[in-house]
Formats: sequence, C-alpha cells, structure tokens
Amino acid sequence: MEKKTKRRDFLFTATYAVGAVGAGAVIWPMIDQMNPDASVKALASTEVDVSAVNPGKTITVLWRGKPVFIRRRTQEEIAEAKSVKLEDLKHPEKDEDRAKNPEWLVMLGVCTHLGCVPLDQKGDYNGWFCPCHGSHYDTSGRIRKGPAPTNMEIPEYKFVDANTIKIG
Amino acid sequence: MSEHEYTPKSKVGKWFNDRLPLLTLANHLTDYPTPKNLNYWWTFGGILTFCLITQIVTGLVLAMHYIAHADMAFQSVEHIMRDVNYGWLIRYIHANGASMFFLAVYIHIFRSLFYGSYKSPREVIWIIGIIIYLLMMAAAFLGYVLPWGQMSFWGATVITNLFSAIPLVGEGIVTWLWGGYSVDNPTLTRFFTLHYLIPFLILGLVVLHIWALHVPGNNNPIGIDIKKPSKDTVPFHPYIVIKDGFALLMFMIVFAFFVFYTPNILGHADNYIEANPLVTPAHIVPEWYLLPFYAILRSVPDKLLGVIAMLSAILILAALPWLDTSKIRSAVFRPLYKQFYWILVADVLILGYVGAMPAEGLYLLIARIATAYYFLHFLVVLPVLGFKERTTPVPLSITEPILGGSPNLATVKKKDSFKDQ
Repeated sequence: MEKKTKRRDFLFTATYAVGAVGAGAVIWPMIDQMNPDASVKALASTEVDVSAVNPGKTITVLWRGKPVFIRRRTQEEIAEAKSVKLEDLKHPEKDEDRAKNPEWLVMLGVCTHLGCVPLDQKGDYNGWFCPCHGSHYDTSGRIRKGPAPTNMEIPEYKFVDANTIKIG
Repeated sequence: MSEHEYTPKSKVGKWFNDRLPLLTLANHLTDYPTPKNLNYWWTFGGILTFCLITQIVTGLVLAMHYIAHADMAFQSVEHIMRDVNYGWLIRYIHANGASMFFLAVYIHIFRSLFYGSYKSPREVIWIIGIIIYLLMMAAAFLGYVLPWGQMSFWGATVITNLFSAIPLVGEGIVTWLWGGYSVDNPTLTRFFTLHYLIPFLILGLVVLHIWALHVPGNNNPIGIDIKKPSKDTVPFHPYIVIKDGFALLMFMIVFAFFVFYTPNILGHADNYIEANPLVTPAHIVPEWYLLPFYAILRSVPDKLLGVIAMLSAILILAALPWLDTSKIRSAVFRPLYKQFYWILVADVLILGYVGAMPAEGLYLLIARIATAYYFLHFLVVLPVLGFKERTTPVPLSITEPILGGSPNLATVKKKDSFKDQ
C-alpha cells in the first residue's frame, strides 16, 4: 500500500492536538492552585523598628513565614568580614555588597543547605552555625565550611528612616 | 495456580458466580498451592497486610478528630490524647503502627534478598514492592508532619528543601510544594490530603503485588521451581493461614509492647513542642526507618550529589533483578553470596546508626565508607558474583533430600544446567 496522507490521518492528528490542548488547559489550574495564593502574596513586606538593637545584638523577625536576622555588627565583626579574601570564599561576595550600611546586616536566617535556622554567634567563623548538617557562616553570613552551597540570602530591604527597616 | 474448574455447590452460589466469579476467586485463594517448606520469614506478607489495614482503620478514626490547620493541629492532637475516648490508644497504635509497618517491610525485603525472590520470573512483584515501599516512606513523612510539632515542621522543611537541589527549577518546585514562601498552613492542608490518599494507593498496589505473586507462585527457601499442585505444595488454607496467623500473633505481642509500655520511645521529644518557624531544634533526625538514607544524604559534601546519592540508594533496588547475575535464587546454595548478604545487613545497620549521630569526625568517615560499600554491593559484588561463585548442588525438589527422586519432571530436565554452575 502506498503511503499517502489521507483525510482520516488529518482528522486523527487534529483531534489529538485539540485533545492535548484541552487536557493541558484542565491540568494547569490543578497544578497552579498549589502555588502561593493571593493572601500569602499579600503579606510580602514587613516594617521593623530597630531602635532598641545595640551593637553586637541580633533580632529575628518573621517575613513571609521565614526568619530574617537583623544584626547590628560590632566594629571587630565588620573588620573581620572586610578582611576576608574573595578567593577564600565558596560563594564570593564582598561584604560591602551584602551590608550596604556596614553596621547593619539584614539577611534571611535560612541555611541555604536544607532550610534550617542557623544559630547566632556560633561556629568556626564567629558568625552562624547550622545545627542540622553543620554549615559554618562568617560575620557577613557567607558560607565558609559545610554542605550549604551559597551565602545566606539578602532580602530586598531599605531604611524608611533612621530606626525603621522595611523588608520586602 | 490451580486451574481446575470450580463450580459452587448451591444453586444461588452458581447463579451468582456465573455473573460475578467472586466465589471462583475465593476458591483460588483458599486452594492456592504453596510450597510446603515456607519458613516463618514468609509470614511477613500477611503481617504487612495487617499493618496496612491497622493504619487505615486507626487513621480514619484519627481524621474524625484531627484539625488540619496550622493554628489548631497541635492542639487537636493533644485533644485526641487527652479528651477523645481511647484517643490515646488509637493515636499510639497509629504512630507505633508506622514503625511496626517498616519493621515488617524491612524483614520482608531482606527475606527477598536472601532467598532471591526478586529474580525471574518475579521481577514485577519486586518492582511493585519497591513502589509500595516508596509510597510508604512518603506516607510516613507526610503523617509525621501532621501533629505540627517542632520535628514535624523542621522535618518538613528539610525534606521539601531537598527539591531545591534541582538546578534552575528547584526553588520554584519548593515554593509550589509549600504553597508559600515557607512551610505553613497551605503546606499542612495539602500534606493531610496526600497522607489520606496514599494508603489507598498502597492498597491498590498490594492487590497487584499479590496478583503478580499468584502468577508464578511463591518462591521458597531452596529457591527452586516447583510443580503446582504436587507433593511439594500444600493448599494455602488451612496450612499457611494457620502459620501466618500464629506469626501475626507473635508480631502483635511486639506491637502491643510498644503501644502499651514505651509508646514514645520511637518518636522524638521535640515533637511535643509546637512548631516554631524561628527556632530549629538542635539535633534534627528523621524517624529510625529513614536513618540509613539520611546517613547517605549527609555523607556526600555536595547538596545536589547528596540528594542524588540518597535517591539512587532506593532506586537501585528496582534494578536488582538485573544486577544480580546468578541463576541460583536461594543464598542457601550460594556460599559467597551468603557472606556478602550479611555484610550488607551490617552495612545498612551501621548506616542507620551513624544517621542518628552528628555528621562530623569519625561518624562522617564511617558514613562515607558504609555509603560506598552499599553501592559497591549492588554495582560490583552482585554482578561479578554471579559469574565467579561456585554454588553448591541444588535439590531437584523439596521432597528429594528426604525421599529421593523427584516428583517433578520439569526440575529433572534442569539438572544439567545446575551442574554447569
């Protein structure tokens, strides 16, 4: 039998194509309903009063269900963070880029390995230590040792006035 | 399988059976010819069926009192423990039942490894079993999140973050799983839904598992093909029913010991503290039955490779029928395999132990060696052993070592192939 595209072949292909588009149109809402909903997205920013935070202290605030560390660093910590050579870092980032105002370090308190909350003032680099799988972070929140792949994330934030930080 | 025609005796029975042959099925299950040398390691299939039904029944009852909401879940579990009539008993049966389920499934799996039950023609039974095992782990993880304690919350955080290791789409997948930017109420409600669904998927797969078993019939401790029915078989009922029933009673004693005397020993005290997204418990460990895989995850210093190693450790089991090249099923006739089998058992126990310990120093070194050996066993030892090993003579039938001769012409023909080994 000779191979020729028949009217029937066209009808089959067209039917499959329409069927696939239809199935996709039904499946997508089923998948997307699991993504963050409008009420979750609405909680996207938080304002924090930091007037009571003294040098050497950290406060933890909840933003989008995640802890954010706001640390007022001491001069020694700032000096230590700035003195590190970039080639010694697993994820090279300058301290200046992480803390726009060097006195204030604002970052997500979430270990980039598997999402635990690291402990303050612990570990081999005087910064943070994650108790779950042993990642060590320095005074700039950069990964120095352990399984975490990247530095702790810096969220979008700005100083609304001298004593108030807006995260998100 | 018994192939003789079955006709119900009563007229009503015959009328019904002609329209829906349920009685034929029941007759097949009671008459099902079973090797007469099955030992007690073969009773865990029945025990596992019991475990599944126990979890479904107690789970249904718990779902009548539990509230899947981040603000109320923890309180509702305490409400079950303190206020609901016999709530403590039902919850302790359900929580310890998960551990008992895994205890039984590990014995069941290692029985299969020893007697070569995964080999041709039983590969499909084995693979369905691996899928059931994966679903069991999913159900256990999801269920552990529901009480919304500290371990629930942080266990959920760590496990869902495993997906963030996937390049490019990882973060998106994690957000999608959470329904937010962290584990929170949307995560809890979907986990409850899936925890409710999975046992019924397992139930369906168990039916397929047993169906696939009834095609070639049971393997047996000497691992030979037997003619069915013959002198080598006994009907399932009453012989196996009684034996399984006795083993189940023994198992229930162990089960009851945990439920009534040490109901919390297999859990973690931190899970009696309500979930707090600001504080991670100092020492996060999964439940005991997941520890070997947790040890493999932590033994690899790279995030993505660690996740891949952990998943491979489970998925490699599905390839086992093809990795094991030996034609002899039972370890009874494989002197070298028998030794490697016990080394593997020790290796998995060691992985479980170091999985519970902090990932540093000597523990980390041991975890790395044990992880390497685990893969070595499946990828090198088993394929090579099939060609190198000198196996001992296999009997022609179950009765042959005692009575001499073979009632089974099929195995006589195979005698020559055994000589070659």
